Amino acid sequence: MTATFIHPLTGFIEKTFVITEFELRKLRHDFTELVTRALQPALWLLIFGQVFSRSGMMHTGNIPYLDFIAPGILAQSVLFVAIFFGINVIWERDLGIVQKFLASPTPRAALVLGKGFSAGIRTLSQGVIVYILSLLLGVKLNWSPLALFNVLIIVVLAATLFSTFSLIIACIVKTRERFMGVGQVLTMPLFFASNAIYPTDIMPDWLKVISHLNPLTYVVDALRTCMLAGSTSVFGLGLDYAVILFTTTILVFLGARLYPRLAT
Amino acid sequence: MSDVVLEIKNLTRRFGTFTAVDALTLSVNAGEVFGLLGSNGAGKTTTIKMLTTLLPPTSGEASVAGFSINTQPVGVRRAIGYVPQAVSVDGSLTGYENLLIFAKLYDLPRRERQARIAEALEFMNLTADGGRMVGEYSGGMVRRLEIAQATLHRPKVLFLDEPTVGLDPIARDAVWKHLVDLRANYGTTLFFTTHYLEEAEGHCDRMAIMHQGKVAALGTCKELEASLGSGHTLNDVFVHYAGSALDSGNNFRAVSAERATAERLG
Repeated sequence: MTATFIHPLTGFIEKTFVITEFELRKLRHDFTELVTRALQPALWLLIFGQVFSRSGMMHTGNIPYLDFIAPGILAQSVLFVAIFFGINVIWERDLGIVQKFLASPTPRAALVLGKGFSAGIRTLSQGVIVYILSLLLGVKLNWSPLALFNVLIIVVLAATLFSTFSLIIACIVKTRERFMGVGQVLTMPLFFASNAIYPTDIMPDWLKVISHLNPLTYVVDALRTCMLAGSTSVFGLGLDYAVILFTTTILVFLGARLYPRLAT
Repeated sequence: MSDVVLEIKNLTRRFGTFTAVDALTLSVNAGEVFGLLGSNGAGKTTTIKMLTTLLPPTSGEASVAGFSINTQPVGVRRAIGYVPQAVSVDGSLTGYENLLIFAKLYDLPRRERQARIAEALEFMNLTADGGRMVGEYSGGMVRRLEIAQATLHRPKVLFLDEPTVGLDPIARDAVWKHLVDLRANYGTTLFFTTHYLEEAEGHCDRMAIMHQGKVAALGTCKELEASLGSGHTLNDVFVHYAGSALDSGNNFRAVSAERATAERLG
C-alpha cells in the first residue's frame, strides 16, 4: 500500500475529476447518445417555437418570441436529460459497480459531484444544436467570448444540479420502475412552473410564487441574459449564479449522504 | 496475535425484526484463505457488506487490518479489495480503462500506475485483451478483471462474494488458480463466500458454516468432517450444520440479482 499523505481538498477535487473522466471515457466509445440528445431541442424549437411565434399569443416585450424561448429550450433539454440520470445510477447498483466504488476510499461527495459534472459535459451537445438552430432561425445571439463562456458554465452547472437531484431520487426509490414514475411526475411541473417558454408575468400569482422557488427559472434567466444580444436579466446574473451554486452544493451534500444507501 | 488481520466480535445486523447476522464472532489470520459457507439467506453477504463498510452493523465491532469498521471506515477501505457478487466492471470501457480509473481512485503514484496495471493484466492473463471492450469479455475474463481491479493497490484482505457463481468449471479453475497465486505472491488474505462445497474443500485453510446468522461450525475441512465421526464428507457436514435449505432462502431481489449475475457471466 502507498501511504502518501494527500490533502483532503486536493484529494476531493482530484477524485471528482477521476469520476468525471470515468463517465466521459464511456462517451468516447459510444457517442450516439450525443446525437439522439440533440433531437429533442430541435423539435421544440422548430415546431413548438415556430408555431407559437406565428400565433403572436405570447407577449415577450421587445424580444421576439423565438428569441425568448431559445434559451428556455436549452434549459429545458438540459433538465429533461438530467432528470433521468438516476436511471444509470440504479443500473450501476443492479450491477455491482456502485458497491465497488463505495468500498473504495473515494469521498462520497466526489462520487456524486463527479457524476454530476459528467452529466453537465454531456449536455454541451444540446447547447451546440440550440446555437446552430437559433442562428438559422435568425435569433439575435450574443457572440462575445465572455457571454459564450457564461453559457457553457451555466449549462454544466444546471445539468449538475438536476442530475444530482435525480441521483437523490434514485437513492430513495432504488428501483427503475418507481424511478420512471417519479421522474415523469417531476419533469413537467419543473418545466411549466418556470419562465422557459413564457414570461412569469402572465402566470397566476400562486404559480408565480412556485416559479420563483424553482431553480430552473434562474437557469433560464441566466441563459437568456448571456445568450441573447441586448437582453437584460430579470433577477440579476449574480443572484442567478448564487441560486444555482447554492442549490447544487446542498444537493451534492445530500446526495453524498444518501448515495451509500444504494449499496445496502 | 499480531498476525490476525480480521477480528469480528459480536457483529450483528437486523433488518426490522429479522436478524440477518447474529452476534458473529470470528478471527482470520493474515495470509489465510477463509471460506464462509451457508445456505441462501444464512447471512454471508450481509457479513461481507459490513466488513467492507457498505452496511453499518446494528451492533458489534470488527477490525480489518487494524482499522475499525465503525470508526475508521476509510482506513478499512484503503486496506481491502472487494469483488461483489454482481458484475462490478464497466462493460462500456476497455479492461485497461477499468483498471486505470481504480489506480487513480486508490492514489497509486503516477509513475507506478502503468507498471502496476500491466502487471495486474499479466497476472490475470489478460494482457492481450486489455485494449478490448469489457462488454466482449467472457464470464471468466470479467471475473479475472474484477480481481485485478480489486487488487491493484495490493490490499491486505480481499473480500470475494461468490466469486465463481455462474462460471463453467474451466473458468472457475482459472479464477482459483489466480487467487491462489495472489496469496502466494503477495500474502493477500482471501475471505470469500461460496455455495460450492468442493471449492471450499479444495482451497480453504479454514471455513465457517453459517446458519441463521450464526457460526454453526468452524475449522479446517478435516476438523469439520471429523467432528461428525469418521467417514463423513463435507457435504454431510454442511447438511448437519446448515440444515435443510428449504426453510430458509433469499428474498426475491437477492435471487434475481444472483441469477442476473450468472446470466451475465455465463
